[in-house]
Amino acid sequence: MHVVVVTKSTPDTEATVTVEAGGNVNWGDKLVVNPWDEYAITEAVLLKGAHGGQATILTLGGEEQQEALKHGLAIGVDQAIRIWDPALQNHDSLGYAAAVAAAIRKLGDVDLVIFGKELSDIASDQHIFQVARRLGWNMIGFVSKIESLDAGAGTIRAQRLTERGTETVTSKLPAVISVVKDINEPKYPTFIGIRKAAKAEMPVWGLGDLGLDASAVSPRTQVAGHRELPKREGTVEMIEGSPQEQAARLVEKLLEEKIL
Amino acid sequence: MDFSLTDEQRLFQEAVRSFCDRELKPYAAQVDETGRLRMEAIAKMPDLGLVGLQVPEAYGGADFDSISAALAMIELGRACGSTGLSIEAHNELCCLPIVRWGTDEQKARFLPRLTSGEVLGSIALTEPDAGSDLMGTQTRATRDGDEWVINGSKAWITNASLAPVIVTLTRTDPGADTHGFSMILVETDRAGLTIAPPEKKMGTRASPAHVLTFNDVRVPRENLLGQEGRGLQQTLATLDSGRIAVGALCVGLAQAALETALHYAQERRAFGQRLADHQAIQFKLADAATQLEAARLLVLRAAWSKDRGENYTKLASMAKLFASEAVERIAFEALQIHGGYGYSREFPLERIYRDQRIMSIGEGTSEINRIVIARRLLDEHAPPV
Ligand SMILES: Cc1cc2nc3c(=O)[nH]c(=O)nc-3n(C[C@H](O)[C@H](O)[C@H](O)COP(=O)(O)OP(=O)(O)OC[C@H]3O[C@@H](n4cnc5c(N)ncnc54)[C@H](O)[C@@H]3O)c2cc1C
Repeated sequence: MHVVVVTKSTPDTEATVTVEAGGNVNWGDKLVVNPWDEYAITEAVLLKGAHGGQATILTLGGEEQQEALKHGLAIGVDQAIRIWDPALQNHDSLGYAAAVAAAIRKLGDVDLVIFGKELSDIASDQHIFQVARRLGWNMIGFVSKIESLDAGAGTIRAQRLTERGTETVTSKLPAVISVVKDINEPKYPTFIGIRKAAKAEMPVWGLGDLGLDASAVSPRTQVAGHRELPKREGTVEMIEGSPQEQAARLVEKLLEEKIL
Repeated sequence: MDFSLTDEQRLFQEAVRSFCDRELKPYAAQVDETGRLRMEAIAKMPDLGLVGLQVPEAYGGADFDSISAALAMIELGRACGSTGLSIEAHNELCCLPIVRWGTDEQKARFLPRLTSGEVLGSIALTEPDAGSDLMGTQTRATRDGDEWVINGSKAWITNASLAPVIVTLTRTDPGADTHGFSMILVETDRAGLTIAPPEKKMGTRASPAHVLTFNDVRVPRENLLGQEGRGLQQTLATLDSGRIAVGALCVGLAQAALETALHYAQERRAFGQRLADHQAIQFKLADAATQLEAARLLVLRAAWSKDRGENYTKLASMAKLFASEAVERIAFEALQIHGGYGYSREFPLERIYRDQRIMSIGEGTSEINRIVIARRLLDEHAPPV
């Protein structure tokens, strides 16, 4: 079986994001693996362990994306590929999907593609559905458990976590899934993986390698501008009195504010 | 000169940090309060190589260089002093002597179990009446046929209650001065060995330290570790390496103290401004960061020297001496920046301050390390005869 996990480095979740005077977003200096992708990478490694075969990690971006790939290798993924081309500089999610889908096609024998549920920086997941659409494969979003998977028969049965509860669905393979936190406990890198990652050659596939020309990835959307979130003003009110009085007053306040 | 880490070292450092942030740091207060290590975290360490840092892969270790080993100790110290100290003693003082002087048979017998994450290793040097003065070691091992018979007692033996085997310094020839000592591997299930309940300590409270008594403890002749009569020399060589690791733990503890103080100083306000805006507080932070950086460089310099196969005795003593005295000052000032809250068990500084205190005592007190450094210096600069 061949599992592909697609990842991206995103700004540290603890970074303070600001919009500069010129309109540029300052995401902070530090990148981390998109936190949701930790689950996707772990699931790929677990599936490989359970079903045999191989796992590949893919990303799209410049040199700064190498780290996410190394992280995947350190956890136990077999090979890492970066997609990059100057024409992708200002890509939107459709351009992204065109390039990533082409890379998955190029890998050839892929059974399952796994994404983390969304990108933590822009809180978006449309690129995942677009990749599935481009491939013409089924998409199962928000998977919390893979109940069964049979690469030979080409079937998967998975639980999805929806706002209304869990839903169990089946699909034929190949398919694309996005995973949520409940699916596993993220694995730590191993020293064997780290050693492999440190030495790994990671090929870079350009548009030429993917059989695409620049028009296939040219952005259809344009970002008009960024603005800072309005600052939230908080006030503190200390409640005086005996503990009983304080508690009574607190409950009153919470009811007044319709919190209870 | 190049201060950058290799890709492997950097990836390892990041992996250990995220492991410690998830598995150790959130439990450090609980571990201190209950006096018990979180064994389920230690059980997860073999995959990262943390319980076999410099043990060959064939015996379940990760066979890391000394810089990587020091980086791991820094991260452990930053997360949890108790776990850090026990893992340090396990790697440096028990696994390494077996790697260094063990026969193939001894390595195969002990190392796979020691690197399993289910146990921790231990070394017994100190005695109730002999600590710094190792020549005062009284624990006696005599030969009886194919066995060693051991009698005596040891004190402050870290991890003894968690260990399958204890590297034990014994006197094998009372007449032979510095060549009258030997290291013997004593399995903890041998009849006649008693491990007393853990000592009640000021800090590193979950790292158990015990009094041991040896009452006609018999082990096979093959349990001699290294050469008969070379126990003292092997011990000193073991401590050289251990001192880099203790220095690294200090760097980690100091880093935790400084990070906590930096955070607090920017949150807490006094006299209309943040603590961090008062110059007196800024000076404390600047001094702490400078000392921390100096300690880190000295520790990594000693590890680098060890990796190059140089004689690193003096550097290791310097690293341990400086780092253990730096963490004392840094933890003091970080606690001071916290004011009354620094003294509270609700905040981590109180624990860090207690945990760091052992570092200028164990594996050579500050005084002993100054003696080691001075002797080397004077030797290097002896006037021509
Ligand atoms: C938490 C903890 C864990 C430990 N774990 C272990 C362990 O796993 N295995 C083990 O074998 N031991 C262990 N020890 C023991 C530790 O190594 C000794 O405490 C240390 O070596 C000092 O020995 P001592 O306590 O006997 O002090 P002493 O040697 O009695 O020294 C007392 C004081 O006198 C000073 N002093 C001694 N000689 C001189 C001199 N020549 N010149 C100037 N000053 C001198 C010392 O620096 C010290 O300040 C541990 C101790 C503690 C507290």
